[in-house]
Amino acid sequence: MKNHKTIILSNQEISPGYYRMRILAPEYSRLAKPGQFVMFRVQRSLPPLLRRPFGIFRAGFMASDCDGMAEKEFIEILYKVVGSGTEIMQELHQGDRVELLGPLGRGFDLGDPHEEKILVGGGIGLVPLYMLAEKLIETSQVRLLMGGRTRNDIITVTEFERLGVETYVSTEDGSLGEEGLVTQVLQRKLDKYPKASVYACGPMPMIDAVQRICAERGTSLQVSLEALMACGVGACLGCVVKGAGHSTENPRYLCTCKEGPVFYAEELDWNRLEQQNSAGGGCH
Amino acid sequence: MATQHKQQVKNKRPSLSVEIAGLKLKNPVMPASGTFGYGEEYAPYLDLNGLGAIVTKGLSLNPRAGNNTPRICETVSGMLNAIGLQNVGIDAFIEHKMPFLDQFDTPVIVNFFGNTQEEYGEVAARLDDVPGVGALEMNISCPNVKHGGIVFGTDAAAAHQVVSSVRKRTGKPLIVKLTPNVTDIQVLAKAVEDAGADAISLINTLTGMAVDVKTRKPRLANTIGGLSGPAIRPIAVRLVHQVVQAVNVPVIGIGGISRAIDALEFLIVGASAVQVGTANFVDPNAMQTVIDGLEEFCRNEGVADINDLIGTLEV
Ligand SMILES: Cc1cc2nc3c(=O)[nH]c(=O)nc-3n(C[C@H](O)[C@H](O)[C@H](O)COP(=O)(O)OP(=O)(O)OC[C@H]3O[C@@H](n4cnc5c(N)ncnc54)[C@H](O)[C@@H]3O)c2cc1C
Ligand SMILES: Cc1cc2nc3c(=O)[nH]c(=O)nc-3n(C[C@H](O)[C@H](O)[C@H](O)COP(=O)(O)O)c2cc1C
Ligand code: FES
Repeated sequence: MKNHKTIILSNQEISPGYYRMRILAPEYSRLAKPGQFVMFRVQRSLPPLLRRPFGIFRAGFMASDCDGMAEKEFIEILYKVVGSGTEIMQELHQGDRVELLGPLGRGFDLGDPHEEKILVGGGIGLVPLYMLAEKLIETSQVRLLMGGRTRNDIITVTEFERLGVETYVSTEDGSLGEEGLVTQVLQRKLDKYPKASVYACGPMPMIDAVQRICAERGTSLQVSLEALMACGVGACLGCVVKGAGHSTENPRYLCTCKEGPVFYAEELDWNRLEQQNSAGGGCH
Repeated sequence: MATQHKQQVKNKRPSLSVEIAGLKLKNPVMPASGTFGYGEEYAPYLDLNGLGAIVTKGLSLNPRAGNNTPRICETVSGMLNAIGLQNVGIDAFIEHKMPFLDQFDTPVIVNFFGNTQEEYGEVAARLDDVPGVGALEMNISCPNVKHGGIVFGTDAAAAHQVVSSVRKRTGKPLIVKLTPNVTDIQVLAKAVEDAGADAISLINTLTGMAVDVKTRKPRLANTIGGLSGPAIRPIAVRLVHQVVQAVNVPVIGIGGISRAIDALEFLIVGASAVQVGTANFVDPNAMQTVIDGLEEFCRNEGVADINDLIGTLEV
């Protein structure tokens, strides 16, 4: 865990509205675990004020520009342009100064080696699954079920294939792969591989549906959640989710940034995850 | 200042140490409550020994769960929060969090609050004999549940009463933290000084609200939240200026500080120290940057002792 003042190595649009940014990131190959994230800041820029959290897609080394120089260690983040921060990010270029705080959070448990693994990704939720696949494929059969609204939301699937992951694509409009929701595909795969463990990341309705399916079958499930974050290190308590057993009398909040973003399904309170009613009470 | 003297000062390390309510600080920079957790969260990024003091998250008699989510949102040059004062409770703090903080050669200031006057008093009493606690910072921006939810800090009589009652239960230096959401800050400042506050800190967040125009919902689950960050700094500087005019106790300036020049504004209007809040989220090293910048400023301006800057506003 460290704050690196560093630079962008490249920043390219890979599908309409989706970008891949490569950032110089010393030590990340050794330190970053699948499912961890960084708090990203455009140096000397305001707005945006707060850093933005992004999952680490992968960490690696690349040859230096000059012969005889050490290789450059980098990470890649993939991001979707959704608001003011990501709009600024899409305009950044090679050499622009940025800051990375990380690697942060609790990543995925790799689980039993040799057991079958099913990864479920929805849109940009695919990001933390790549490093996970890199690790899991060393010992297990890995399948990726990738869903999106249209073909534009299906990104980097061929890179998973190159790792040796079996991939299944579905889109809601049928523009690529099977027409429909990724959860239909999940049902079928679990019929076929009932002992598999599931790892999921994507929009909340997808995560919710995946949780119901896995709960019914008693399938082991880890999910990676998103939350609005200010600090990323457990200090502001802005990013909490309700934990299993939460009640008004016995509240149990978990920090997405520190105790997550990856949780076992049974650690969370699924009845209340999406419920965001007002409770009153003081500020702060 | 004569150029020759200025030159001599340049070669010496300026003194940054200040004193607040009998508490000696290495420098005037400390975190603002609620933006630095219990210290341990930022220890990997920042040397806690380098700070003037450490200020904890606000603590209450019993653990507190906090509000529903979303609890935060970004606004123009600032952020709104309605965390709901989530905290582990005073006993768990003393048992589990204080030992970590006690390792450092930096005074610990414990921020606390209550729902009733009795709760305020009880928390203060429990901290009284805890070693390592250098001072208490009393957050009076909370509603009094026994009196129709009126915020202690917005009513001079209520503020006077609650501060007096806490004063009787603690021998530690008592800093009272004011809310800016009042009509006349000087009346409140005088009331808490009269009730026995050893120092005053301000400002707490300004109440604010933001709306998601697509869903037409408030962007915070609590609807209303507290605004912090660079956006509030001019208001904070003005309020600190006014409080310094009204009282004799030392004042700690808070609000939108992220660089040395921001901190200097507060010192020049008369604050003896400053707290850095939201900026910690943006840059975990923000406080060290402020401290280094203060030293550099003093050196460049030929100021041998930072105390010589405090309250030097020329009007
Ligand atoms: C642990 C973690 C990992 C993430 N990984 C990625 C990733 O790999 N790629 C990626 O594109 N995005 C990722 N996100 C989401 C990303 O942080 C947000 O999309 C980003 O902060 C939006 O910033 P903005 O300024 O462009 O949008 P804003 O203007 O701040 O908001 C635009 C919209 O996005 C929503 N939003 C804002 N912040 C978040 C957030 N933190 N989580 C979910 N929704 C948000 C807002 O509610 C709003 O509807 C991740 C979030 C978390 C918590
Ligand atoms: C997330 C968050 C939590 C806070 N929690 C507390 C708290 O528990 N007690 C308190 O007295 N002030 C609390 N504050 C207010 C700050 O201590 C500070 O007064 C305010 O944020 C203004 O400073 P800034 O602009 O530097 O952030 C909190 C502020 C934020 C942003
Ligand atoms: S983002 Fe601040 S506690 Fe998680």
